Amino acid sequence: MKIHAVDRQGKEHTLEGRDGWSVMEILRDGGLDIAAECGGACACATCHVYINDGWFEKLPTPSEAEIDMLDMALAVEPNSRLSCQVICSDATDGIKVTVAPE
Amino acid sequence: MTAAPIETRPAEGGAIETDVAIIGAGPIGLFAVFELGLLDLKCHLIDILDRPGGQCTELYPEKPIYDIPGLPIVTGQELTNKLMEQIKPFNAQFHFSEMATSLEKQADGRWKLKTDAGTELISHVVVVAAGAGSFQPKRPPVPGIETFENAGDGIGVHYAVRKMETFRGKNILIAGGGDSALDWVINLAPLAKSVTLVHHRDGFRAAAHSVNQMRELEKEGKVKFYVASVKAIHGEPGKMTGVTLAGHDKSEWHHETDTFLPFFGLTIKLGPIAEFGINLNENLIPVDTARFESQTPGIFAIGDINSYTGKLKLILSGFHEAALMAQAAFHIARPNEKLRFQYTTSSSNLQKKLGVS
Repeated sequence: MKIHAVDRQGKEHTLEGRDGWSVMEILRDGGLDIAAECGGACACATCHVYINDGWFEKLPTPSEAEIDMLDMALAVEPNSRLSCQVICSDATDGIKVTVAPE
Repeated sequence: MTAAPIETRPAEGGAIETDVAIIGAGPIGLFAVFELGLLDLKCHLIDILDRPGGQCTELYPEKPIYDIPGLPIVTGQELTNKLMEQIKPFNAQFHFSEMATSLEKQADGRWKLKTDAGTELISHVVVVAAGAGSFQPKRPPVPGIETFENAGDGIGVHYAVRKMETFRGKNILIAGGGDSALDWVINLAPLAKSVTLVHHRDGFRAAAHSVNQMRELEKEGKVKFYVASVKAIHGEPGKMTGVTLAGHDKSEWHHETDTFLPFFGLTIKLGPIAEFGINLNENLIPVDTARFESQTPGIFAIGDINSYTGKLKLILSGFHEAALMAQAAFHIARPNEKLRFQYTTSSSNLQKKLGVS
């Protein structure tokens, strides 16, 4: 399963997702500059990404906790998600994300 | 021979002399006080936050941690409270809401650490237990925003309200949806000329009663609220005249304001530690695994800030690192004394220090 990720410099990376892992973990291990300060606890909003090309609607709806925590993110758009809360599966194969500005 | 504790005392010029200066009062910095205390080394701790606990209390005070040995479940706040209780006998001195800004070696071989509040610590040993760095307010990605910071009382960009009075009669723009944003909307509304709140959605993370109060003020016309974000700031450096606001539908409009208060919480930046002359590798301090000392003798690094082969960023690893660091620090701070390794279970000497016998 693939993740197409655009970093803050605008460069596109194709990363191999892992079933059950969060997109944050794949981006972080793939060397993209993503702080993810709380380590995936939905507690810091520093793994903020935009979900592109219609993929936002295909994902399960974010939890209340994630929607609340997005209030602490910068430059939030309607397609914003916290990547620690987006879990890789066959259904996310080919997903397109862009790392949000710091 | 028992090491005689050196009392903390002001040195010439108001500097404070101590055995060990610890940068960071997170769980690892706190436990370092315990391990150093058993060896009679006195500590001063500096932290940019206003309370102990570091990430544990700033990021996840209510979230349970399950991998602390002996504590099957403990929240970040509870762990911090327990550590504070555990180190109480050692009477460490805390310098909260201060950022360590410079470190230099003195002629006598000791270190002088300065903070942005003017505190000066002179110590034999410096322990960097700074996690990922210092918590600083999140700065919105608006071009040139930094040129409007520190513009003066009640004007320009501010990430905190220190004196409400400085905002009297001003046009205030607040951004964010958490408790800080809403609290300041409510508190500044009575004295400001105008208060405008912008947030990315028509919903708020803040406590319900604050949201209700804000909605009331909006109804009464005392507060304006827009689902929007700040795209640009106008004026000259230091003198803001207004901002460009943008809605999700890409519409943009001009909004006049004297001041802009963004409240998006804190993020971690390495900060001035990078300028201390300590060898860094990708924002981490490489250490040896016998002493957890940086490549500068006398400066140690424990917890998330250090790196070595096999490093795991776990609280329990930091505890281990603190214990070994303390042994090495003792030999630097007490070069002429013999270190007596003892167990708290059997040593009446240690039990006396802990106040239990």
